[in-house]
Amino acid sequence: MIELTVNGTKHQVNVVPEMPLLWVLRDELGITSPKYGCGIAQCGACTVQIDGAAVRSCQARTADVAGKAITTIEAVGNGKLHPVQEAWIEHQVPQCGYCQTGQIIQAISLLKAIPKPTDEDINEVMSGNLCRCGTYERIRVAIHAAAEKMGGK
Amino acid sequence: MGEMPGLSRRTFVFGSVAVAGGVAFGQYGQAQQAPSSAAATNPLMADLGPQSVTFNPWVEISPEKITLIAQHADKGQGVGSIQPLMIAEELDLEPNQFEIRFAGPSPAYFNTGFAHELAPFMAPDQSPEAEKARAAALEWLRKAGLQMTGGSSAIPDTYEKLRMAGAIARETLKAAAATRSGVPAADLRTEAGNVILPNGTKIPYVALSADAAKITPVSVDKLRDPSQWRILGKPMERLDIRSKVTGEMKFGIDRTMDGMVYAAVKLNPNKGQPIKSYDASKAQSMPGVQKILKVSNGIAVIATNSWYAMQAAELVDCVWEPSKYPAEQADHWKTVASSFTPQFLAKEWRNDGNIDTGLKDGTLIEAEYRAPYVGHQPLEPLNGIGIVTDKGMEIWVGHQTPQSVQYIAATAIGMKPEQVTFHNEWMGGSFGHRLEFENIRVLAEIANQMRGTPVKLVFSREEDFLQDIPRQIAMGRCRGSVKDGRIVAADLKVAATAPFKELLARMGSPSKDPDGQLGVGIWNVYYDIPNYQATSFEVQGLSPSTTWRSVGASANGFFTESFIDELIHAAGLDPLTARIEMCRIPIYRKLLETVGEMAEWKGPLGRGKGRGVAFVESFGTAVAEIVEVTMTDAGIRIDKVWVAADVGKIVDPVNFQNLVQGGVVWGLGHAMNCELTYAKGAVQQTNYNHHESMRMYQCPVIEVRGLENDFTVRGIGEPPVPPAAPALANAIFAATGKRIREMPFNKFVDFA
Repeated sequence: MIELTVNGTKHQVNVVPEMPLLWVLRDELGITSPKYGCGIAQCGACTVQIDGAAVRSCQARTADVAGKAITTIEAVGNGKLHPVQEAWIEHQVPQCGYCQTGQIIQAISLLKAIPKPTDEDINEVMSGNLCRCGTYERIRVAIHAAAEKMGGK
Repeated sequence: MGEMPGLSRRTFVFGSVAVAGGVAFGQYGQAQQAPSSAAATNPLMADLGPQSVTFNPWVEISPEKITLIAQHADKGQGVGSIQPLMIAEELDLEPNQFEIRFAGPSPAYFNTGFAHELAPFMAPDQSPEAEKARAAALEWLRKAGLQMTGGSSAIPDTYEKLRMAGAIARETLKAAAATRSGVPAADLRTEAGNVILPNGTKIPYVALSADAAKITPVSVDKLRDPSQWRILGKPMERLDIRSKVTGEMKFGIDRTMDGMVYAAVKLNPNKGQPIKSYDASKAQSMPGVQKILKVSNGIAVIATNSWYAMQAAELVDCVWEPSKYPAEQADHWKTVASSFTPQFLAKEWRNDGNIDTGLKDGTLIEAEYRAPYVGHQPLEPLNGIGIVTDKGMEIWVGHQTPQSVQYIAATAIGMKPEQVTFHNEWMGGSFGHRLEFENIRVLAEIANQMRGTPVKLVFSREEDFLQDIPRQIAMGRCRGSVKDGRIVAADLKVAATAPFKELLARMGSPSKDPDGQLGVGIWNVYYDIPNYQATSFEVQGLSPSTTWRSVGASANGFFTESFIDELIHAAGLDPLTARIEMCRIPIYRKLLETVGEMAEWKGPLGRGKGRGVAFVESFGTAVAEIVEVTMTDAGIRIDKVWVAADVGKIVDPVNFQNLVQGGVVWGLGHAMNCELTYAKGAVQQTNYNHHESMRMYQCPVIEVRGLENDFTVRGIGEPPVPPAAPALANAIFAATGKRIREMPFNKFVDFA
């Protein structure tokens, strides 16, 4: 048994230690907001926070994240919408939406590190998150808007 | 408006006016078994609860709730939102007052939006002959009963019928309220889900459901004028946006069921071929593995979760039947190149003036263009849940043609289509991928071997790439001549595999007619070129191919608009001005002028910068694009794209902009960075690191303007794609003097 803490709740899971966190979340715990896209850290759809950092959950061994704080999109706003989510709604970023939970968690991480990012900063940090529908420009605009909301802090 | 201005009839009439199947729509086999009056019936009647009413196939009201049916599947293009909102506009519902349900299979949901594409007349043609042909095509579609999402047809199909569905429901509810209250219907009004009496009393629609069920739906002869719209035509929030931002949205891959097992597959990468033998000894003992099954073209692992199943499937050693198409990519290209012969002639789409004389009259320009196989690869991999019992199969899967899912699944397990119950899902993208059946067939085979147990199948990304039936492979051979600053002749010959025709055959509705998609982008060209010929050749014996966002025009538009650009430069003309002056259709000329204004086009930029323009009409929607690039030390950077598109009427302006931007990214990203190539019968690219398309760092600013001059309502999902590649190639030529005639462009230039 491996003990995981997801969004503040402790879970016991009976899986092999090398199983990627993504599949534990999705298939064992029924938390489906992290998405399977590529399995090799090429798309970012599976991104979650581990101890506050954006991590590709398809690459995180379950045994390695035991005891750490795992946060999925459901908990990024502490019970309300995170300003990044608000900006995503205001600018109507999603099309199919499959990549967007990963994009949002990556964007939160970007704004934590760089409160007022330039387009170059956004390119640097967000290029690992693939969007096949092509919503990149809206993501860019929404990140700038979220930075404004958060007061550039 | 009668005849097309500046065009002779001859230019527009190809073949006879008799149309059914004229552009390779085939005979829709399954649907033909349906009674011809089936389109008039309402499938919602079958499961209607007590005290409930349905007025038509799109509206259902029970004492508890209002349900609006989305007949077109949502793969991210937003029709899961706009379809119910078009009903709500006339039914006077607020966006939070109804539930949305995707339609089950029924000929009642036949797609009227294909009528224009079926009739062999050019999009801007409003002649009586053209309209007659479209009416005949519509009748044929009604009889065929084909329910399909695709071809940028959702809004053209539903723009009137869903508002009418809402209006009929509204008027019938008013009639029910009139009977109950004794107040004449003319004195009643409706607002926010209520019928309102003159004294202000509100009767909720849900309270009228039982009464309304007793009366025949009231007929309505007039829809509200767009000037009265509350919702449509204005910036609105797509109904699915919030759930996609909070993570609550459940896609097909997120569905679970009690007692369900997880399946992963390893299928023959030689597409269409069976498995010979396999050795599962290594996989059998893997953790979580319950069973290993043989299916007709591979194996399936049943396990306690998807990851265990995928890991074990990897370890099964399979011996495959080799491919029927050439094993190596070079031989695919050789086959394409050898197909420009009478034997493979599909259709001569146009032959204006005298091409032979025209080509001799002036300076001859010749060029060969190529468009490779490309993958769809939406981010949600193929998946589905199926359960087979002795009575039939129930399947939950995101798909664009519900009736074909029934047909494919039933055929795979020896059942009848009507024994398959289909439930559609929200889709994490498609781009044409979810018109195909690789997951459907194999899921049916697996579930049939696990009778009584729900099976959830998820393709690994690698398997999804290997089984992805690609965009057609295509080659364009172009000749033209210029003289005295004019284009005198253009001869466009395209040889390609036939994506739509092949899809129809796989759907069980083979067509003998040439694939109309091979003509799109070479025949519907609106420039005043006195000698013009357009011919397609159908390549045989290669990889299966299928519809890929914008289909034929994705390759042909690149060939035509690049080659026209070559001729324009050879004639010493300005690429934008020449196109405007040559364009025969006033509303299309307006698009070119508009995009020029947006970009403040003033000719060459110099200093390592270049701009290219392209104009393509596909699915009836004309789109003009200008791309601007800069040479940098790291390679070519795309700075900005301007787009002007005309859909007649924009119903959802924010989503319109989003779809245009996404279409440009799709068109550019694949033209720059993507191809699928075969080696040993299998595709060599098996994940996104081999097939990147566009990422954030390459994405330009994309400025969009929508015009509403077209005479009918058009779609926007695909048409922004085709002009993107040629506009970029033309910009690169302007900046560097280098003419790129083959996709992907990164084989010839570096991109920053």
